[in-house]
Amino acid sequence: MSERAAIFDEMGWPDHIRPPYALVDAWLKSLPAEQLALKRREAEVLFRRIGITFAVYTEGGDPERLIPFDLIPRVMAQAEWQSLRKGLEQRVRALNAFIHDVYHDREILKADRIPERLVLNNPQFRPEMVDLDLPHNVYTHIAGIDMVRTGPDEYYVLEDNCRTPSGVSYMVENREVMMRLFPELFRRAGVAPVAHYGDELLETLRSVAPPNCQGEPTVVLLTPGIHNSAYYEHAFLADEMGIDLVEGADLLVKNEICYMRSTSGLTRVDVIYRRIDDDYIDPLVFRPESMLGAPGLHFATRAGNLTLANAIGAGIADDKAVYIHVPEMVRFYLGEEPLLQNVPTHDCSKPEDLAYTLAHIDQLVVKAVHGSGGYGMLVGPHASKAEIETFVAQLRARPHDYVAQPTLALSTVPTFVESGIAPRHVDLRPFVLSGEQIRIVPGGLTRVALRDGSLVVNSSQGGGTKDTWVLER
Amino acid sequence: MHLSIQHRTVYRYAEPALRVTQALRLWPAACTGQRVIGWQVDVDGKALPYATTDGFGNPVATHTADGAVDQVRIDVQGHVETEDLHGVVGGTLERLPVRFFLFETPLTHVDESIRELAGQVPSINDAIERMHRLCNHVRDRLDYVAGETDSATTAAEALANGSGVCQDHAHLMAASARVLGFPARYVSGYLCAGVEGAEAASHAWAEIHIADFGWVGFDAANRICPNEHYVRIACGRDYHDAAPVRGVHRGGRSETLEVSVSISETPAMPTRGGSPGNRGQSAQQ
Repeated sequence: MSERAAIFDEMGWPDHIRPPYALVDAWLKSLPAEQLALKRREAEVLFRRIGITFAVYTEGGDPERLIPFDLIPRVMAQAEWQSLRKGLEQRVRALNAFIHDVYHDREILKADRIPERLVLNNPQFRPEMVDLDLPHNVYTHIAGIDMVRTGPDEYYVLEDNCRTPSGVSYMVENREVMMRLFPELFRRAGVAPVAHYGDELLETLRSVAPPNCQGEPTVVLLTPGIHNSAYYEHAFLADEMGIDLVEGADLLVKNEICYMRSTSGLTRVDVIYRRIDDDYIDPLVFRPESMLGAPGLHFATRAGNLTLANAIGAGIADDKAVYIHVPEMVRFYLGEEPLLQNVPTHDCSKPEDLAYTLAHIDQLVVKAVHGSGGYGMLVGPHASKAEIETFVAQLRARPHDYVAQPTLALSTVPTFVESGIAPRHVDLRPFVLSGEQIRIVPGGLTRVALRDGSLVVNSSQGGGTKDTWVLER
Repeated sequence: MHLSIQHRTVYRYAEPALRVTQALRLWPAACTGQRVIGWQVDVDGKALPYATTDGFGNPVATHTADGAVDQVRIDVQGHVETEDLHGVVGGTLERLPVRFFLFETPLTHVDESIRELAGQVPSINDAIERMHRLCNHVRDRLDYVAGETDSATTAAEALANGSGVCQDHAHLMAASARVLGFPARYVSGYLCAGVEGAEAASHAWAEIHIADFGWVGFDAANRICPNEHYVRIACGRDYHDAAPVRGVHRGGRSETLEVSVSISETPAMPTRGGSPGNRGQSAQQ
């Protein structure tokens, strides 16, 4: 297990416990095994009752199966979090500036700092958005930035999610369940709260009311409906914010003004937190057959009567090939050095990068540029010969569609497994809210790869979650 | 030339629709070679001004009909003074870089046969002449036959069938010009009788961006550059971007469409209605 030795365990478990985990260590040692088993069952019952479910598209069986929740929290010291938070704020400012720029003067393309073709010939570049000014120039109001850690002071951004990132309901619910199971632990630990996420989100959405909004803005959450895998989260967030959860059929656009139908008639809507992809949001602009959105939403936005959050076209910033250039965006728009590092990434559209990728494929992670959720991805060191061969054929046929990255030695956190407690790899998705100001609830969603040695944390690929603690002192 | 346009579109529903929402691109965008004297769009007898402009600079408005909708009637009445600029288009609101129009869309996807068609045009230095030859190639390969293609037909499908209407000619012209490295776009508008063999109609053609000239129109269906018989309305990468009407309806079952266009040469008429095309235009005429 020499490979294991190089991996950073955030707790330093079992023999070199790092200071932020001192309390968790003492707590684990004090808990009798039978009580832990009991608490784990209790946690499952609580989650069932709360109703967090997540349909997994590729697996059969119980579509309401739970995402496994692990009782051992992931802990960050306040100083660790502060440096991350600054980096996240900087990165999201740059991402919003980039999106605004590509739909306005395109200075970064004119300066040749990002290849023009990568933006203009990209399905996520929406000409519909050109020369449209948005409140506070914000496009990605809710961004989920996926981070990994490889050492005490080494963090990398794995990808930026600028469209409709999900998972924040787990962040809030995991904490609630932990507090119910172990109230005495929280009395001693001094953990920064996350329960106010809904308030922060609502404040953010209200701050981006459109120019023609009169009085207090009316905010609604637009869901594709109960068959969507994240429907639970949509209902949860609407409830947390105390706003209406609507489907496309509840909305109506007349004279470029959006209304919601209710028993009391029509109510004007100013801001929509939409959890529907661009392609389905407005059949007058995108897919004509879509029944999920509502016709005219985009034109209401163009006429200054509506804000969609996140904005149409925000996806141009989170394409995996555009990702390569985010550090350059930070320098270009903010005149600062990036605080968060990118994973060194090979762009397979370049012949030399493709050659390198093919020669080292057994050591690399290769990702489809337009894929998400861990689909269309090859983890070289863990792939069979046959899987590699199939993937290489795809890669050779369409090199433009792939990027490759080194397999990082992701940090681990001790996790309950069949045999007891063992280290498992984790990542972190903090949620960054942008409106008139940037707000970040401390921490984020920690996902854990439950299979021994696995680096894939996506819930669709057998991942679980943990409560994420940021210590207040 | 003074042109007076009357364009009526009627959508009828097999049973009353619950709701009809449409986005209209029926107002001429400003450009040289045409001066809008009067322009009005009515929906079911009620004037509809344009509400905003889209990313391509096209004036656009939506309307929604609610309740039991049997039909939607859209009337365009316009009065325009045109001149022949040999297809050269200036004075347009350009929000996108010219190179954006180098990239294909699903309707203008380049397949092997389009690549081959474009390759048959000799690589001469005179770009205008080269595009004229391409224009003739496109027309030679695509008979003008109505009813065999629809708004979802791709350029490649039309070429494989060997026939189509002006929309297909415009798509094929744009797609094959892009193969040769020329930015190209789709334009919707009107054509009045006067071009040999043509009837007054809604029409579509392509614009090709040529160094030293800018955007130049090519109407492959009629093998010419647009002249004073043409009125330019909207543009985009393909039909989807520039369609005069894009709509969705809930309920109503099937939708049928009836279009009539009449265009006459008239003496100047008094101004009526909004005229977005007039903005900032007088200096350029």
